[in-house]
Amino acid sequence: MKTCYINGMGCVSAQESTNFETLLDLFKELKEPVVKVHKPTYKAYIKPAMIRRMASGVKNSVVAANIALKEADLSNPDAIITGTGMGCLIDSEKFLKKLIENKEAFLTPTSFIQSTHNTVGGQIALALKCNAYNMTYVHNATSFEIALIDALLMIQEGEESVLVGGVDELGDYTTELYRLLGQIKEEKSLSNGILKSNSIGTVFSEGASFFALGNKKSKNSYAKLIDVQIIDTCTQEEIAKKATSFLATNNLTVAEIDVVVLGINGDKDFQDFYSGFQQTLFKNTQQLYYKHLSGEYNTASAFGLWMAANICKTKSIPAVTKLNNKPENGIKKVLLYNQFRGENHSFTLIESC
Amino acid sequence: MENLKIELKEKIIENLNLEDLSIDDIQDDDTLFGDGLGLDSIDALELIVILDKDYGIKISDPKKGKTIFESINSMAQFIMDNRN
Repeated sequence: MKTCYINGMGCVSAQESTNFETLLDLFKELKEPVVKVHKPTYKAYIKPAMIRRMASGVKNSVVAANIALKEADLSNPDAIITGTGMGCLIDSEKFLKKLIENKEAFLTPTSFIQSTHNTVGGQIALALKCNAYNMTYVHNATSFEIALIDALLMIQEGEESVLVGGVDELGDYTTELYRLLGQIKEEKSLSNGILKSNSIGTVFSEGASFFALGNKKSKNSYAKLIDVQIIDTCTQEEIAKKATSFLATNNLTVAEIDVVVLGINGDKDFQDFYSGFQQTLFKNTQQLYYKHLSGEYNTASAFGLWMAANICKTKSIPAVTKLNNKPENGIKKVLLYNQFRGENHSFTLIESC
Repeated sequence: MENLKIELKEKIIENLNLEDLSIDDIQDDDTLFGDGLGLDSIDALELIVILDKDYGIKISDPKKGKTIFESINSMAQFIMDNRN
């Protein structure tokens, strides 16, 4: 079975993550309940003729994929695999709005074509002229992890390179629905940060993170992708056992994990899933979080992996990501744990290389 | 007729997401497809919908589309000739 390396990464997020020197001076904590991405210079990556029909999720993905492939010195991957929880929301909303306004007549094709979930993978493939395996996975907050499992299996079974990523975008109408459902924090300003907010809901955002995986280590390699597991439903009592079991499958114990990266999003109703990790299971481990930087969306965990792999490579941890302070004994094995509203749990294990 | 041409340019820019263009960038006799504005077959469908929805004109013979959508001038003339 071949080893899987993360040889390139690209990320468009609420941070200026397409243009930075080191993570240490990149991150700024989000202060509003809904935050859009920091827009990169799209025209530097996408032909003007293609750009006009692309909504932000597609554009962000093409940019992130471009950066990942460039870092990995890869022009045509053996597969393009995308995970998205909600797909191309902006064009879906546009299409449905016109459907209602025009009483189901006068429907134009552009929004419909661009509204499907696999638009992202398709547009990346078109830009690369890549006819290889192209798959899109849609499963709420484990959409990215399912894509990652497929990519990992392909590399382990012999493919040389796979482009895999997670993307979601904010749609105005859908955001309003999330607000009505109480999933977005009501506070207008979060100047004290999400950890101290002690309220329900979270900070909503959007983003695209893509990874060029390969079966050979390169000078640009960030980390080895070891294993990924998803658990659809699980109680707070069971999740610690699941984590221990996941590590045991990989011949590891909790004590051997150097850093644990948690998907804490500040929603007090679902914080207990992480509290067990913080206070008991990983109390002696360096703990990090990232959703105060990325915001929450179905594929925010891809931002978490992007951050964790960066830390694996640079061996330096930005202070703003730390939940506790433990003496650093080298950063080798990193475990990511994420869940959304008590469901869609996932573990991702990476190792420095 | 001049107002109609300006209106058509505004609708084309908005409906076809030509964000980088203003109405001053589109000349009345510019070719809309190919070397001119560079519109494609998906845009053609959008133009057909604009005629139907905003001017109540259905194009019954698709073969005439090439002539009708040649330029802003030809579109405006077609609308003037066929509008109720």
